Amino acid sequence: MRYEFSWGMLFTQPYSGWIIDGILTTFHLALISWVIAFALGVLIGVFRVTRSPVLRFVGTAYVELFRNIPLLVQLFIWLYVVPQLLPIAFSSWWNRLEYVPYWTAVIGISFYTSSRIAEQIRSAVMAIPDGQFKAAISTGLTPFQMYRYVIVPYAARIMIPAITSEFLTIFKNTSLALTIGVIEITATARKIEAWSFKGIEAYTVASLTYVATTIGVILFMNWMERRYQIPGLIKRGKEGL
Amino acid sequence: MDWNVIVVSLPLLWKGLLTSLNLTAVSIAFSFPLGCLVAMGRLSHRPWLSNTCASFVHVFRSNPLILILFWFYFLMPMIIGSAINDLTSLIVTFVIFFSAYFAEIVRSGIQSVGTRQMQAGLSSGLTHVQTMRHIIMPQAIRAMLPALTTQCIIVFQGTTVAYIIGYNELLHSASMIAERTVRPIELYLTVAVIYFVVCYSGSLLARRFEKRTYS
Repeated sequence: MRYEFSWGMLFTQPYSGWIIDGILTTFHLALISWVIAFALGVLIGVFRVTRSPVLRFVGTAYVELFRNIPLLVQLFIWLYVVPQLLPIAFSSWWNRLEYVPYWTAVIGISFYTSSRIAEQIRSAVMAIPDGQFKAAISTGLTPFQMYRYVIVPYAARIMIPAITSEFLTIFKNTSLALTIGVIEITATARKIEAWSFKGIEAYTVASLTYVATTIGVILFMNWMERRYQIPGLIKRGKEGL
Repeated sequence: MDWNVIVVSLPLLWKGLLTSLNLTAVSIAFSFPLGCLVAMGRLSHRPWLSNTCASFVHVFRSNPLILILFWFYFLMPMIIGSAINDLTSLIVTFVIFFSAYFAEIVRSGIQSVGTRQMQAGLSSGLTHVQTMRHIIMPQAIRAMLPALTTQCIIVFQGTTVAYIIGYNELLHSASMIAERTVRPIELYLTVAVIYFVVCYSGSLLARRFEKRTYS
């Protein structure tokens, strides 16, 4: 194996600029998608635990639809199919946007992830013992107050590990956006390899970005879990990725 | 819309689906046993072994599949010294990547059985391997069946990544036909339906396993 390392190359133009752009793109793509996915996921998750059969059906259909089609296929559908099926006025406005692939990726990743978040919310609410609901109601709380003061604080704490891993998944899934032309960190690494043939250096930068973020997020969430722990209520499970 | 294009391209799509399923089957056939080994290594009391296995799992679980694919695509020819074909690098990537996920499932399955079973097995005169083989694993596998089925669906969905290096699985076949016939709407919708049917059937299976475990 003959390979000449040149780590210094990463700090020269144009590569250093590309790397910074790539890392930033990965981050804001993940964060914007996360905010939308979380809001949608909470809504759908609530649909799935309501008493209305119609809402429950809508929630279930949504989750099954977005969970059972690979994200890559969904991205292609958002890019090639949906704009053409919508009214012409909309699609011509959409296609004139400056970063169509970027916003397509935001939409695709958000919808895909929201279905997974909805599932986590449902299973967290289901994991709360029945007695909690009954106890809350019998102390005279209204159903809204019951959710506000008893169920949501409880469910939120149960959800922390699952939500952490969903966030890490969305972060890794942003790499699929490279197939529709978003230059995030993985695409940047590929580009640097193609330009300079220094694949090991380029891919190391990308891998380190993901590993460092993973470690950071896990440390932060463990701290959150400890900070907001209710003593005796939830046992802390084994930590892991 | 012109759905005739789908009828005409059915044989090609069928071939693509078979390729995807084959890729999935081969990946699972190798990555599940590897995952079991890694999980047992992680639970070992030898620190060097458990630490190595833990880092293996952490490294591969914190990187996206595409990046791992790029790594192998770039590194393998340098390590072996000659060019390798797409299929080999795909399989190697999938096997190593997904074995890290299988390892986590197997580990939590084994841990769910509990240490008392292990102690009981050992004190009845079985060796460690025998206890694993006859006492722990049969219970653990039943407990992890739902998670394993879900993971198999994820492997199937993951094979779409082969599209990126132009390997002719279902998604890539469809995109080739879409390009040639200029009918992206029909083709991508059809492909979505095919993936949905396969994955949804899988998730129904997972749900059945779940009911059986907890009832």
